[in-house]
Amino acid sequence: MVSALLVMVGLGLVLGALLGYASIKFRVEGDPLVDKIDAILPQTQCGQCGYPGCRPYAAAIAKGEADINQCPPGGEAGVRALADLLGVEPKPLNTAHGVPKPKSVAVIDENLCIGCTLCIQACPVDAILGAAKQMHTVIASECTGCELCVAPCPVDCITMVPIPETVSNWKWRYPVFEIKAVS
Amino acid sequence: MIEKLFKFHGGVHPPEHKAESAATPIRPVPMPARLVLPLRQHIGNVAKVKVAVGDHVLKGQQLAAPEGMISAAVHAPTSGTVVAIDEQLIPHVSGLPDLCITLQADGEDRWIEREPLDYEDMEKTAVIEALRQAGVVGLGGATFPTHVKLRADPRHPVKTLILNGAECEPFITCDDRLMRERADEIIRGLQIMAYLLDAECCLVGIEDNKPEAAQAMRTACARSAVPVEVVLVPTLYPGGGAKQLIKVLTGWEVPSGKLPSEIGVQCFNVATAYAVHRFIDHGEPVISRIVTVTGKVARPGNFEVPLGMAIETLVQAAGGAAPDIDGFIMGGPMMGFKLPSPRVPVVKATNCIIAASPDLFPPQPLPMPCIRCARCADVCPANLQPQELYWFAKSQNFEKARDYHLFDCIECGCCSYVCPSHIPLVQYYRYAKSEIIALDRAKQAANLARERNQLRLARIEREKQERQARHAQKAMGAKTDTAADEAKKAIIAAAIERAKAQKAAVTPQNTDHLPPEAQAEIARIEARRSQAMEQQKE
Ligand code: SF4
Ligand code: SF4
Ligand code: SF4
Repeated sequence: MVSALLVMVGLGLVLGALLGYASIKFRVEGDPLVDKIDAILPQTQCGQCGYPGCRPYAAAIAKGEADINQCPPGGEAGVRALADLLGVEPKPLNTAHGVPKPKSVAVIDENLCIGCTLCIQACPVDAILGAAKQMHTVIASECTGCELCVAPCPVDCITMVPIPETVSNWKWRYPVFEIKAVS
Repeated sequence: MIEKLFKFHGGVHPPEHKAESAATPIRPVPMPARLVLPLRQHIGNVAKVKVAVGDHVLKGQQLAAPEGMISAAVHAPTSGTVVAIDEQLIPHVSGLPDLCITLQADGEDRWIEREPLDYEDMEKTAVIEALRQAGVVGLGGATFPTHVKLRADPRHPVKTLILNGAECEPFITCDDRLMRERADEIIRGLQIMAYLLDAECCLVGIEDNKPEAAQAMRTACARSAVPVEVVLVPTLYPGGGAKQLIKVLTGWEVPSGKLPSEIGVQCFNVATAYAVHRFIDHGEPVISRIVTVTGKVARPGNFEVPLGMAIETLVQAAGGAAPDIDGFIMGGPMMGFKLPSPRVPVVKATNCIIAASPDLFPPQPLPMPCIRCARCADVCPANLQPQELYWFAKSQNFEKARDYHLFDCIECGCCSYVCPSHIPLVQYYRYAKSEIIALDRAKQAANLARERNQLRLARIEREKQERQARHAQKAMGAKTDTAADEAKKAIIAAAIERAKAQKAAVTPQNTDHLPPEAQAEIARIEARRSQAMEQQKE
């Protein structure tokens, strides 16, 4: 009887110590829910949701401060994915924050650029190259199309150019069928 | 010896329509005056242009070089002048233009220096690099760069080499004719491939509806130095799919998401083996291919066509198309697609051109709802559940479609062929696949953007801290200012001293070694000058 009790107490102590150790050793850094939400957001970092970037918006959603339909680049599909993750009903995109647009990249007119570096400071992903009084240029593959560099440019030399459809990014269309009226 | 053949799952027997084009020998075509050569004629990276507009090039000269490992070169099919490098319509389902080199033939058809490759005295890697530069790709229609498949991988040694002469698609007979007429050359190419891969066993799989081709290949094998076995396989579409042919010949299943080489098998089309032979033994890169022209044309048959020739010109060589055609199909009726224009060029993937008309391919009735009869699952050679895939693709439930092995679908069209509800199932799968690929790309871009954004925020934070640290130091340093100033002044004074000393040391003393008369003269002048200065002062 006593030995059985001792065994159980011993086991409890050992396992407790193990669990305690594991909780310290394998602690998850950061907030896993914020990470999961952030993984769904498109990372355009445009701020249209009203937060200074995707991660702050993810944090606000996790805290219940923001709604799930404020991200225009994510579109309806993004809202649906967030609703799935959070187990809530999907809702239409809140157009107060903007409407989805075809994905574009910023293009600097290199003849007009005066090298003021204001766009570099605005770009959330450091996709603009240049130095003071030097011509600036956008690394197209890195540009998220957030449009944040457009407004600061004092000579209005940045335009957003939609990415054209080419053979390499072309997609098959959803099959549609003409329905002919029976005469 | 292969004693027993195996069976792959499913398959269908569409009408063959091979007799129309298989009867006549391969015919040459007159060299067209203008050739359009797309830079994207293979799977992988687009080739990089090496010529400029106005350049004169020779037949077989490389016009565009491969970029990276998975890429292939593009060569001039005849001698002539490069007249344009711009976007032109290409044979692609999208109907979008892509970068092409346009060549104006000079009519001389003058070759570059051609030399056979002494491949047995070379490093194998050098032979493979040469094949990469020669633009050899899978000529069965998939156009995957061949050199990639010929690199022996120590982790997965290729023991079995299979030559694919099954040609299971209806209408197409280019491999059939090639095997009948150029069997020795094909076997020669096979030998070179077997040497490069160190393969122990070579098999040629031919569907049993091509007895003449099989006979010709057997005769060639009897003459060849390495043992090769020609195996007749039952005619069943899609028996020419790589995984299906491997299953039939060896009984091995290539696992989902794996390559045949990972189970020790490599499979090449017969035309690819022929291209390898042409390059190694004759120094000729891939500049032409055999194309079946059939359907509603006056004289169907097979043609040896220079790459870049317009489809409409090729159709003229086959006697022209009937007036009631409604377009051209590239590839077969099961896996091919309607060309966006008859002016697009022949490319390395063009194995067959069918002049299509509504009586040859009657329009499909409107699709009806799926009745879950599972006939599609019975015929699917990839052993998938097409009705489930259809459901997931249609409802855009892409994750589920992926879980149900959508990417194992070879788009053979068997499921659509048997569906009693006439659902164009493959169209849904293609749609779902390209959506998934686009989503994956977007995810990658998002990950990159997240990383770059985090790096930027970290940098801004670091700069802020550094600035604060500097301010803090300045505030601290204000007290010790005077001491620092003293030290600085001392340093400056010392520097001035040093500079003076240096100047004195190097000031030219060119009066030192003058003769005594000159010295005296100088002394007199000096005396006069000081006198004059004295007077001025007064
Ligand atoms: S609106 Fe812009 S910043 Fe906000 S979550 Fe969407 S992409 Fe990110
Ligand atoms: S064959 Fe057509 S109707 Fe039958 S289960 Fe498949 S998709 Fe549905
Ligand atoms: S198209 Fe795909 S799903 Fe349909 S039968 Fe062929 S492999 Fe199976």
